[in-house]
Amino acid sequence: MEYGLDLEYSFNEFLKGLGLSSEIAHIIWLPLPMLLVLVAAVVGVLVTVWLERKISAAAQQRIGPEYAGALGVLQPIADGLKLLVKEDIIPAKADGILFTAGPILVLVPVILSWLIVPFGQNLLISNVGIGIFLWIALSSIQPIGLLMSGYASNNKYSLLGGLRAAAQSISYEIPLALSVLAIVLMTNSLSTIDIVNQQSGAGILSWNIWRQPVGFIVFWICALAECERLPFDLPEAEEELVAGYQTEYAGMKFALFYLGSYINLILSALLVSILYLGGWGFPIPVELIAKFLNLPINAPFIQVFTASIGIVMTVLKAYLLVFIAILLRWTTPRVRIDQLLDLGWKFLLPISLANLLITAGLKLAFPQFFGG
Amino acid sequence: MFLLTGYEYFLGFLLIAAAVPVLALVTNLIVAPKGRTGERKLTYESGMEPIGGAWIQFNIRYYMFALVFVIFDVETVFLYPWAVAFNRLGLLAFIEALIFIAILVIALAYAWRKGALEWS
Repeated sequence: MEYGLDLEYSFNEFLKGLGLSSEIAHIIWLPLPMLLVLVAAVVGVLVTVWLERKISAAAQQRIGPEYAGALGVLQPIADGLKLLVKEDIIPAKADGILFTAGPILVLVPVILSWLIVPFGQNLLISNVGIGIFLWIALSSIQPIGLLMSGYASNNKYSLLGGLRAAAQSISYEIPLALSVLAIVLMTNSLSTIDIVNQQSGAGILSWNIWRQPVGFIVFWICALAECERLPFDLPEAEEELVAGYQTEYAGMKFALFYLGSYINLILSALLVSILYLGGWGFPIPVELIAKFLNLPINAPFIQVFTASIGIVMTVLKAYLLVFIAILLRWTTPRVRIDQLLDLGWKFLLPISLANLLITAGLKLAFPQFFGG
Repeated sequence: MFLLTGYEYFLGFLLIAAAVPVLALVTNLIVAPKGRTGERKLTYESGMEPIGGAWIQFNIRYYMFALVFVIFDVETVFLYPWAVAFNRLGLLAFIEALIFIAILVIALAYAWRKGALEWS
């Protein structure tokens, strides 16, 4: 099933054709996918911000942004530019170094996690062996940044918001890691490529969501909590804490928090679609389409079709989840902190532990359905 | 060149990812107005004069959760290699993991019973 384009190989061959050695070709190639993914992430954020404003407007029977570009699509860019030229204020009583380091420490791991997000068989930056585990590790750096900025602000609201953010992140990280473990158990690999390939075969029927329905729901709830989206946006609860850990932030540092939270949301949606919804896989198996069109599986048309539909399917699935997250944000009330901790520790943790053990037991009993 | 293949991408992406906030902040430093002081540097406290600082000693109620978190986080780290190699290990590994998780579930039940998971 090794179809799909290998861009790196063709690019390196092209450079070698120009008379460059393979090491230099590799070094020239190295930053290209990274910059491409970075641009994709930023464009994804702009689209999501626009969607959020339009959907929230629709939910509240308003029109939303409409003047900047057609239907207001340029509004997020205008917002970004405005924040770029805003004055940077560091409160006199704050700790300047930690105050600046906080948003950087929040943003960098979130961007770095895109290293393992595949958009196709060979369309990812690097297929590192530990794959999804790298994401789990990187996502635990973020609470440090939140705690840091909350503490450095020397503001009561910020401090409480930072503590809440850290407590919330660590409470929901364990059910999240355990539901990822059940997927790893079925795949026998941590690589995101292997996880998606294991779900191909029978189209929509072989997606992990049917074999891991509990894991899917637990993962989605935890992902929303990790992104601090409503109904779990306690760290920045406006009515109680003004804006939580970002209260004292203005200008570009505020924009970094904003960017980080939206990149994290899209990343979570992408990971849900990779882990549970078949990643770049088309709902109908490619073999069936090839048979229907009377073409062999390795025909050029089928190859181009699978490669181009892969990106579209990944983005489509992710944005469906982003849409659900936005609708949830504008239609659900916020939970209380004791309810949040109860949900994490007394409900999701036992459920995800049981889910892991049941998956292991089922894998022993029916190896053919649970990845051998 | 590198001991672990594939990780030169990690290093490169780390540099690019770190460059994003740094570049944004430097641009902000260049183009944004500055040098104004006074009231704007005051800590925000809903429009009131701030009473005292935030760097005081108070009861952080989440520390019990943090302790329980460490236990379960280490547990998941131990379970990852088990999950990856499960198809080669078979029934014995399943029973071993069952015992391992059972011990932790007892610990969770104990913490629950003792009220470590209560907010108030």
